[in-house]
Formats: sequence, C-alpha cells, structure tokens
Amino acid sequence: MSERMIELKGIVKRFYIGMPNELEILHGIDLEVKRGEFVSIVGSSGSGKTTMMNIIGILDRPTEGEYQLDGVDVAKAKDKELSFIRNQKIGFVFQTYNLIGRTSALKNVELPMLYAGIGRRERKERAKELLEMVGMEERLSHNPDELSGGQKQRVAIARAMANDPAIILADEPTGALDSKTGRMIMDIFHKLNQEQKKTIVLITHSQELAQETGRIVTLKDGEIIGERRGERC
Amino acid sequence: MLILENILLAFHSLRANKMRSLLTMLGIIIGIASVIAIMTLGDSLSKSVTDSMSSMGANNVTVGLQQKSTTTEVTGSGMTFSFGPRMTKMQEKDYVTEEMLSDLKTRYAHSIEGYSLSENIGSGTAQHGAKYAYVNAEGVNDANLKNLDLTLLAGRFLTERDQKEGRKVVLVSDLLVKNMFDGNSMEALEQTVDILFKNRYYTYTIVGVYQYEESSMGFSSTSEEDTETMMYLPLKTAKDQNHNTMGYSQFTILTASGVSASEFCDTVETYMNQKYYSDNNSFEISAMSMESIVKSMTEMLSTVALVIAAIAGISLLVGGIGVMNIMLVSITERTREIGTRKALGATNGSIRLQFIMEAIVLCLIGGALGILLGIGIAAVATKMMGYAVSPSVNGILISVSFSVFIGVFFGYYPANKAAKLHPIEALRYE
Repeated sequence: MSERMIELKGIVKRFYIGMPNELEILHGIDLEVKRGEFVSIVGSSGSGKTTMMNIIGILDRPTEGEYQLDGVDVAKAKDKELSFIRNQKIGFVFQTYNLIGRTSALKNVELPMLYAGIGRRERKERAKELLEMVGMEERLSHNPDELSGGQKQRVAIARAMANDPAIILADEPTGALDSKTGRMIMDIFHKLNQEQKKTIVLITHSQELAQETGRIVTLKDGEIIGERRGERC
Repeated sequence: MLILENILLAFHSLRANKMRSLLTMLGIIIGIASVIAIMTLGDSLSKSVTDSMSSMGANNVTVGLQQKSTTTEVTGSGMTFSFGPRMTKMQEKDYVTEEMLSDLKTRYAHSIEGYSLSENIGSGTAQHGAKYAYVNAEGVNDANLKNLDLTLLAGRFLTERDQKEGRKVVLVSDLLVKNMFDGNSMEALEQTVDILFKNRYYTYTIVGVYQYEESSMGFSSTSEEDTETMMYLPLKTAKDQNHNTMGYSQFTILTASGVSASEFCDTVETYMNQKYYSDNNSFEISAMSMESIVKSMTEMLSTVALVIAAIAGISLLVGGIGVMNIMLVSITERTREIGTRKALGATNGSIRLQFIMEAIVLCLIGGALGILLGIGIAAVATKMMGYAVSPSVNGILISVSFSVFIGVFFGYYPANKAAKLHPIEALRYE
C-alpha cells in the first residue's frame, strides 16, 4: 500500500476549450496527501478550490496532469470505473448536506452500500453502527426535513463513511451551520482522523477552521501559494 | 444494483408524491380500463352467442337446395349479385329423395348419426269450442323430435307407429293448453282440436304436451295469448296433408360425435353435387353448419371489439405521454438527488435503471388498477345486458405487457437524460 493517498502532478483544468471564452482555472497543481493526514485547502472564492475538489473527488477530469488516488491512476479510468472509485474510495461531505429527501437517515447512510452491492441486512447493520458513531442513533427513521442542520451533516458524515473510504472529502462542511454545531462537526472529523486514521481533505475559505488541521494548503488564482502546519493542531 | 432494490426505490418515490403519481396513472388507468372493458364485453358477447347458438345444435349440418347461379357479380361495396336462369319452380326431379338420403348415409355411415327431417304445414288457428290458439304446425321425424330436446309435461312423444301410419296426432305446447284448456294438461290429452289452415279445417288428437321455452334470441312482442307456438305432428301426416310426394327441399344431418360439422359440410356438398346435381342446371346442394355460422359470427364480433379496443388504445398513448412528461418534471426536480447519487458511486446505468423502473412501476400499478376497473365496468355492462361475464384473458395479458412497454418506452428518454447528467452540474443545480 502506498504511503501517498493523493498524488496530483501538474494538474491543469480549462473550461470552454477551443472557444473564444476559454478559461484556465487551475494552472498546474502539484499536491501530495499522505495516508492518515488531515489537510485543509484554503482559498477565497474564485481561487479554484471547488474545481480542485471536483478533481480530487473525481467528479471531474483534469485537462492535463496526473492524478493517483490510493495507487490508482484516475486520469485513465473509464466513467464506470470512476463511479466505482467514488463509491469505494471517497466519502463526500457537502456544505448543503445533499441528503436524499423523503428518505430516512438510515436509508441515506445505506445508499453508498446499495451501489456497492452489499446485502440488505449487512447494510442496515453497518448504517446503524455509523449513525451511532455520529450520535444519531435516536434519529434513524427521521427524514432529512425533520432534522436540524447539524444533525443532517452528521448523517452525511455517517454516509460518507459507509464504504470505509480511503479519503473523506469535505467541502465547507460547517459553512451552513452556526459556530456551536460547526464545532461539533469538526470534532467528529478530528475523531475520525485520530481514532480511525482516516485521511481527510477539508476545503474551506475559513482560515480559522484550517488552523485546526495538520497541514494548510493555500490556493490563490489557481495556484498553490503556500503550505504550512496548522497552529492549533 | 438489484432489480428488487430499484422496485422498492420506485415504490418509495411514488409514495412520496401520491397525488402526482395517481394523476399520472389516471391516463394509464383509463386507457387500460377501456381496452379491457371493450375486450371483455366482446368476449362475453361472443361467448354468449356461441353458447346459445351451440344449444341450437352446433353439430348439425343443414343441407338445402339453392338456385344455381351462372354469373356472379361483386359490387364495389362487396355485395354479391347472382344472375342465374330465371327463378325456376322446383320440380320433382330437383328434390332430395329418400334414396339419396339412404345412399349418403351408407357412404358416410361413420359420420352421420341420423337425419332430422321436417315438413312445414304453416301457421294456423287451433279451435276448441269457443277457445282458440295460434300454432305453427310442423311434421317431424323421430330424429328431429329427439334433436329438439323437448321437455314433456304430460302424455307421450310421437311413436314409431304414429310416424309409419301417418296418424293425426300432435304434440302441443303448455301455452296452448293454458289458452284452450285452462292450463290443465291432463285434460288436454286425448282431446281433439280443429285447426284452420288456409281455409280448411283439419282435426288432430293431442297426445302430448311439451314445455314452451321462450327463444333466447330476440324478444317476443306478442302477449302470451297471441304467441304462436309450435305444434309437432308425424312427418308422414304432414306430407300427406301437403300432398307432398316428391322429397325434401331441405334436411338436417345429425353428425356423429367427434365429427367436425363445418368440415363435413364440404364433404356432403361435394358428394351430393357430383353424384346427383351435376347435370341439373337449376339447382345445387348447399350445406352449412351452425358451427361455421357461429365461427364467422364470433370472428366478426371479435374483430369489431378489437377495432374499438385499438381506438381506446389511443388513450393509452396519451397516458404514456403523461408518464413521460411527469418523469421529465421529476428528473428536473431531483437533479441534485441524481448528482448526489452519482457522487456516492451510482453509475449511469443504475440511474437509468432507477428511473425506468419508476416509470414501469407507475405504469404497472396504473395497468393493474385499469384491469380491475375495466373488468368492473364490463361486469356491470354484461350483467345489464343479461350475458355472463368472461374476463378477456388475452386483453389482460396484452394490457400488462403494454403497460410495461409504455413504461419502458416513455421512461427511457427521461431516464437516459437523468443518467447522462454531469455529476458536478447536477450537484450544483439550484
């Protein structure tokens, strides 16, 4: 097993290729994330951090460059393989939670396992465990619209953990929460990082939040302008 | 992903939007219901017709003489006009003789069980004292009488001796007894009645009373007193009375069981025409069976039903478009859900399967409700018309497969659209 979880080499992303309004968002990113690291990618809006997250989360392909995720060359994979990699190796946590509406917390957590082809009973068992882990064991059968923001995000984290992914990719996970619930969510991430040695990539515009993480990568205008250790790590 | 999971998923999302699902299904329900109702109605109708006509003797082959035609012209509307020699009166040589009958019987001994022969005298008025009743008198042979399957209420049937000697004895209906003997069948027996046929009186002795049965086809418009009932007398008696020594212009073959009446028709026709009527330039033999009449009638009925059902099927098409429309709306609404599913590892194929399955389940539920509704409507309608319901199995099978087809056909485009969504765009969709 490779020590390097994420390995980006000269990643360039252009939009509207071949058109007059062709736009280069990322100008050649090199980044390595080691197994078990808690990294934050910080940048103001327009810095290209969302595009970078899409590429790390293989929701999008880079125009140029190499990307190895847990030893797999992602750039060469087919669409169907990408779906499989997303399912097995990446756990997404979104700012807007993105839980499936009118579907219970339990079913939401089961979803990645459903696509992984895991049997019904095993799915349910594991989903229960995960929800217990994030302190949501009392809300198994609640639908998202019956949950508060913090509760929704905890369900989302449980869902991200469903297939025991290689990395957790969190995009502004506390962006829509008040500071108190935001704190709670961050505590869960720390716990996952410390106790389960999960590799976590946190994307945020907040310097304050980034200070908690092991390493801060600062992005500006599509280029990495600096790396430092978190102060309160 | 498993099909079953997708079916559960489909049920789940349809339940989440009950009203919308129901309204969408309504198109399918109405379409399927009308197709099923019409096909069931058609099936019930043709089954009733078949049953009632079979009870009139599906195994009988009716053989008659008809004018030979020399030229035949078919008009544009499909009508056939025959121009033959001027309608000629039947002469003695034209009639079917006893010899011909026994020859035919010897030739096809295995197929022919007997001949049902009759000689109609016509309508007349029976009188007894001041009371009267209308009758239609017909001379019948033994086989004919058996074939009529009458229910004897009093007295006896016509015997072999009655037939042989041409006795003036008759079987009358209980309706006649009611009109002339106050309904007392026993009193009517051995009574003589005078019957007026064409200005001449004939006197007969009543030997039996049979139960009159209202014809299952059509309605009698006359009151009970004025209803003309059949009066049966020995064949020979009738022939003597008509001074008919020539033979028969028509007879019925009772085929043995296991013989296809409609096929036997051709055999008889060919044999008789070749042997006896090839050099007769006015008349030829024509045979037909109830079976073939019933066959062509049911065929016609089901064709009509099918055509109407096809027209009703157009509403199914409209229903299908409704399904497609609502699926498109649903997919736009759930764009973010689709994006999320893709981020969580759903392949294009599994997204496509999910939405096609949803469309199929929608159509199948609609189809099932439509089948129930259609059978319900048909049951009420057939009951009102007085026929027995026989649900159209074909109709149900066609409807179910058609529902699935509509689901796949009208669900594929929206589902494919959903499957092809770019995960990022879908995730960021507002």
